[in-house]
Formats: sequence, C-alpha cells, structure tokens
Amino acid sequence: MELIIFYLAAVVAVGGGLMMIMQRNPVASVLYLIVTLVAIAVMFVQLNAVFVGALLIIVYAGAILVLFLFVIMLLNLRGEKFAEKRTRLDRPTRIILAVAFILELLAMFKQVAFPGRMDELMVQASPDFGGARPVAELLYTKYLFPFELTSILLLVAIVGAVVMARRDEKDKKRGI
Amino acid sequence: MVPMPYYLIVGAVLFVIGIAGVILSRNLIIMFMSIELMLNAANLTIITFSRFLNLMDGHVFVFLIMAVAAAEAAVGLAIIIMLFRNRETIDADKFNLLKW
Repeated sequence: MELIIFYLAAVVAVGGGLMMIMQRNPVASVLYLIVTLVAIAVMFVQLNAVFVGALLIIVYAGAILVLFLFVIMLLNLRGEKFAEKRTRLDRPTRIILAVAFILELLAMFKQVAFPGRMDELMVQASPDFGGARPVAELLYTKYLFPFELTSILLLVAIVGAVVMARRDEKDKKRGI
Repeated sequence: MVPMPYYLIVGAVLFVIGIAGVILSRNLIIMFMSIELMLNAANLTIITFSRFLNLMDGHVFVFLIMAVAAAEAAVGLAIIIMLFRNRETIDADKFNLLKW
C-alpha cells in the first residue's frame, strides 16, 4: 500500500515537472509546479515529515507560487510571445549536455540502487518523529542562531524587492 | 516500507528536470520555477536522509531552505519585473548585453 502511494506520488511529481518545463504558457507552468509540489509533500508525509510537508504546501504552493502567478498576471504575459520554436543552444552543446545528464543519472542509480545494506539503516521512527513540537524544539534550541539569521535574510529580501520593483518617474510616464 | 533509494532516485530525476528547465527554457519565469524545483528535489533528499538516519536536524534544514527560497522568489521576481520594464519582454535571449 505504501509502495503504491509512493509510486503514484513519484509519477505525478516527475510528470508534473516535465510538463512544467514543456509548457509555453507560464500560468499552466505554475499550476504544474504546484502539482509537483503536492506530490513531493505526499512523499514528505510518507517519510514521517508531517510538519515540513504541511509547511511545503502552505508556504510553497500557498505563498511562493501565488507570488509567481501574481507576477505573471501583473506582467500580462502570454504564451504566444514564446510561440516561435527556437532553442538557445546549438546542436552539439545540447547533445553533450544530454549525454552528461544521462551519465550522471546512471552513475547515481548505480551508486544508490544497489548499495548493499541500505535496508538495514531503516529504523522504526518514534511516534512523534517530524511532528511540529520536536522540530520546533530543535529549531529554537540547537539551531536558534541560523533561525534568527533567516529573519535577517527575509528582511533584506523584502527591502531589496521593494527597492527594485519600485517604479520611478520615467516608468510612470510610460505607463508600465 | 519504501526503500530509501527510491526516494533518492525521484529526487535526482526532479533535480535533472530542473537543470533541463533552466538550460532549455527561454522564458525567465519558467527558468526561475525550475530553480524552485531543484531546491525541492534537494529538500526531498534531505528529508529522506533525515528519516533514515532517524535525526530530525534535516527537517530544520528544509525549513531554512524554504525561507531562502521565499527570499529568492521575492528578489528574483522583482528583478524579472525590472527586466520587463526595461525591455518589455522576459525572453532570456533578448538579454544579451553582456554576451561577447
């Protein structure tokens, strides 16, 4: 049963990812990325990371991707602008890159798929593994300093975004 | 119980899809979303290892990565808006001032 859910989630995640990069229309692309993220969240829950899984849906699908959608709507982007088919890379580069990626993946599968005694690493998780309380306890004790640094990072990002996206007089005249 | 390598393989495949998106797409927003996809593939790997080592530290790292992704999205989208204001396009091929 667990394996069936995993396979479903994995197929949906990979399929959503592929569809995402193949779409011409950015709005459809965002929606496919949300599908992928929900599938990843399913895998998180399977790995007992309930809190982080919920966070993934709330923060990523709920906030970050809505920001993407909002910007796409704001810029009034249409798929037609990218309708003409033309890739950025010339043929040899593409072939080299494709071969390199496939080799890399194969090397990874070879390392990972037959590692010998991986299954013995599996331990029964404690009942509250990955719940909100134990994660929060770690976050506010052992990792308090990185956590506080995160707030500074977010502050800098907010200020930076506001400063950069502000429209000045020249833009106002052009009506953008 | 799903064996651990399965999760790692899904993470690797998603990461490669993200790389392919960054390299092949010409739409800046889709390139940006591919970066988000790569971050999430890394998150999946971290969560997997954290589960199989029975340590919860990985969950904290994923939390921090999500905060970084949020900051990155805010700044990146602001940059995209600025680029769009200057050129009225977000086609990555049109931004070639620094290309020699």
